[in-house]
Amino acid sequence: MTEILFFFEVVLAGMLAGTMYSLVALGFVLIYKASATFNFAQGAMVFFAVLSFVGFMELGLPFALAFVVTVFLMIAVGYATERLVLEPLMSQSEDTMLMATIGLAFVLQGLAQAVWGVEVRRLDLGIGDFPIPWVAENLGLFVSALDVAAGVVAAVLIVILALLFRFTKMGLGLRAVADDPGAAASIGIPLKTIMLMVWSAAGIVALVAGMLWGARAGVQFALVDLALKALPVLIIGGFSSIPGAIVGGLIIGVVEKTLEVYVGPFFGGGIEGWAPYVLAIFFLLWRPEGLFGEKIIRRV
Amino acid sequence: MHDKPLFMTYSRGDVANFVVLMALAFAVVPLMIETDYWYSSILIPWLCLALAAIGQQFVMGYAGQLALGAAGFMAAGAFACYNIELRIPWMPFPLSLLFSGLIAAAFGVLFGLPSLRVRGIYLMVATLASQFFIIWMIDKFGWFKNYDSSGIITAQDIVIAGRSFTSPMEMYLVVAVVVTVLTILAVNMTRGSVGRNWMAVRDMDIAAESMGISLLRAKLQAFALSAFYCGVAGALFAFTYLKSLEPVAFDIKLSFQILFMVILGGLGTINGAFIGAGFILLFPVVLNTVGNAWFHGMIDATIISAIEQVVFGALIIVFLIYEPLGIAKLWENLKSRLFSRRPVAEAAAAKQEPAG
Repeated sequence: MTEILFFFEVVLAGMLAGTMYSLVALGFVLIYKASATFNFAQGAMVFFAVLSFVGFMELGLPFALAFVVTVFLMIAVGYATERLVLEPLMSQSEDTMLMATIGLAFVLQGLAQAVWGVEVRRLDLGIGDFPIPWVAENLGLFVSALDVAAGVVAAVLIVILALLFRFTKMGLGLRAVADDPGAAASIGIPLKTIMLMVWSAAGIVALVAGMLWGARAGVQFALVDLALKALPVLIIGGFSSIPGAIVGGLIIGVVEKTLEVYVGPFFGGGIEGWAPYVLAIFFLLWRPEGLFGEKIIRRV
Repeated sequence: MHDKPLFMTYSRGDVANFVVLMALAFAVVPLMIETDYWYSSILIPWLCLALAAIGQQFVMGYAGQLALGAAGFMAAGAFACYNIELRIPWMPFPLSLLFSGLIAAAFGVLFGLPSLRVRGIYLMVATLASQFFIIWMIDKFGWFKNYDSSGIITAQDIVIAGRSFTSPMEMYLVVAVVVTVLTILAVNMTRGSVGRNWMAVRDMDIAAESMGISLLRAKLQAFALSAFYCGVAGALFAFTYLKSLEPVAFDIKLSFQILFMVILGGLGTINGAFIGAGFILLFPVVLNTVGNAWFHGMIDATIISAIEQVVFGALIIVFLIYEPLGIAKLWENLKSRLFSRRPVAEAAAAKQEPAG
């Protein structure tokens, strides 16, 4: 009985850890939906945002003010990216855009370290990273409060984004741009404003993801490598689907945790490091467009 | 390359370039440079990384497949070489290098398989798997490290035909010979049918396929050769530069550096690999020297390395916008401006104009 309970614990921990990957993947999907750009810099944005947030707090800003200032900073980053990187490279090939965002990632992570320093910071959100006592006592399950908070935050963000996409004028414009940028521009949808909105939204999502990651693992450079795992999440879920990002994150989280706990000990552990990528390869061979993605059709 | 000659015809310029470079590498450098620093900290790592960058060029610059796992293949080559030297003591070093390359190539084919179905960022994720998996495998299975618990293993001495090459200059000569041979092969391959097939696949794979080029063959060939070059480069890197073997030395950071070498150096050129490797290697050295000279150690080394990341990232963006063909193309432009007749005449005409 305890073994089954332990298994549930592992799966639940995996799902909740997976929502953290989902949050990174979510920012990625936002940008891909609107501009068909693979934004490799999303992980660097997570690191940049949370390091700046912690930096502002160290300067003496209260929590809420630091959050608002960082949000404005991320909007500025989105604006600068739009003007300096995306606009000059408009209508370039996908691979070129991807390489450019790799460059952007290095600019952002270098800039953050140059300004705020490289030491590891602790971030206390007031949510403990320990089992919730009530659940532990009554159900016998050890579930971290921080994990639950991450799950709730992810759910709230997704609902908000889904509502924005569906019911606002901006959301409609965004879907139009995603469908056909040229046609959207010709009927007067402001492409640049839409892009700025999307990059800002991705920046704010990055900040939230970074705060949750930072509270768990400390605010440090390793976040960038962790955020790389959003890539296999996207391959499993599909690059253009918000539900896909969530489901992909859950799958990756559960698979890597169960493998690590049940198979890892035979190999000295560390399977988590590569298992998501290998899983992604098998997904690519089976269903390259991901679970929720649109079928990729290439025309000559 | 079935019925075509392996060696092709070369223009007079090719021969002149070759003679000048060989004279520089094997006469001028060994005679002029005496300080060990230049060999062990600049020339040796430069040549090793340039070799790896040629490998990255094959798969990315020529075949157009976005791969990000060069350091993983380098690690495979380095540890293969260590184990061959350890377990088969009579094996001559050049043969060990060859087998290390072949072992890396096997990994290249294995992780190149997804390229048959996917491209772009999808492929990049697949190649990331190779990076993380190979490093993990070496790290976790003690056999590869000969059950050494200290984590850092000293590389064996390089012995060729009973003579050991241990001084920096001797090691440089070993590296230079290997790099010369492989570079000539690379130039021949990329100019020949193999390279043309790769470029056809890069420019439009569907058209290439309909012209009778086998995508399967071309892509796997590119991955195999790329991993072979990276494997040999990794072995040389470990044996002549690091002089030790540790998986951490081949982490994803090195893969990114090699990626930057080919993008900045110039995609789809062999000399771009050398230029890019030199730039990525030397720029931090220059930045450190300048930082120390101007600010007298007031700037922390970690801050300087952060600035380095910003500069490399920004340069990638700037080059993609203004000169996607990289520094190699800038160099070509400069050469044609300096040496070709017409622009000189135009410049002379322009000079006369204000006077007249």
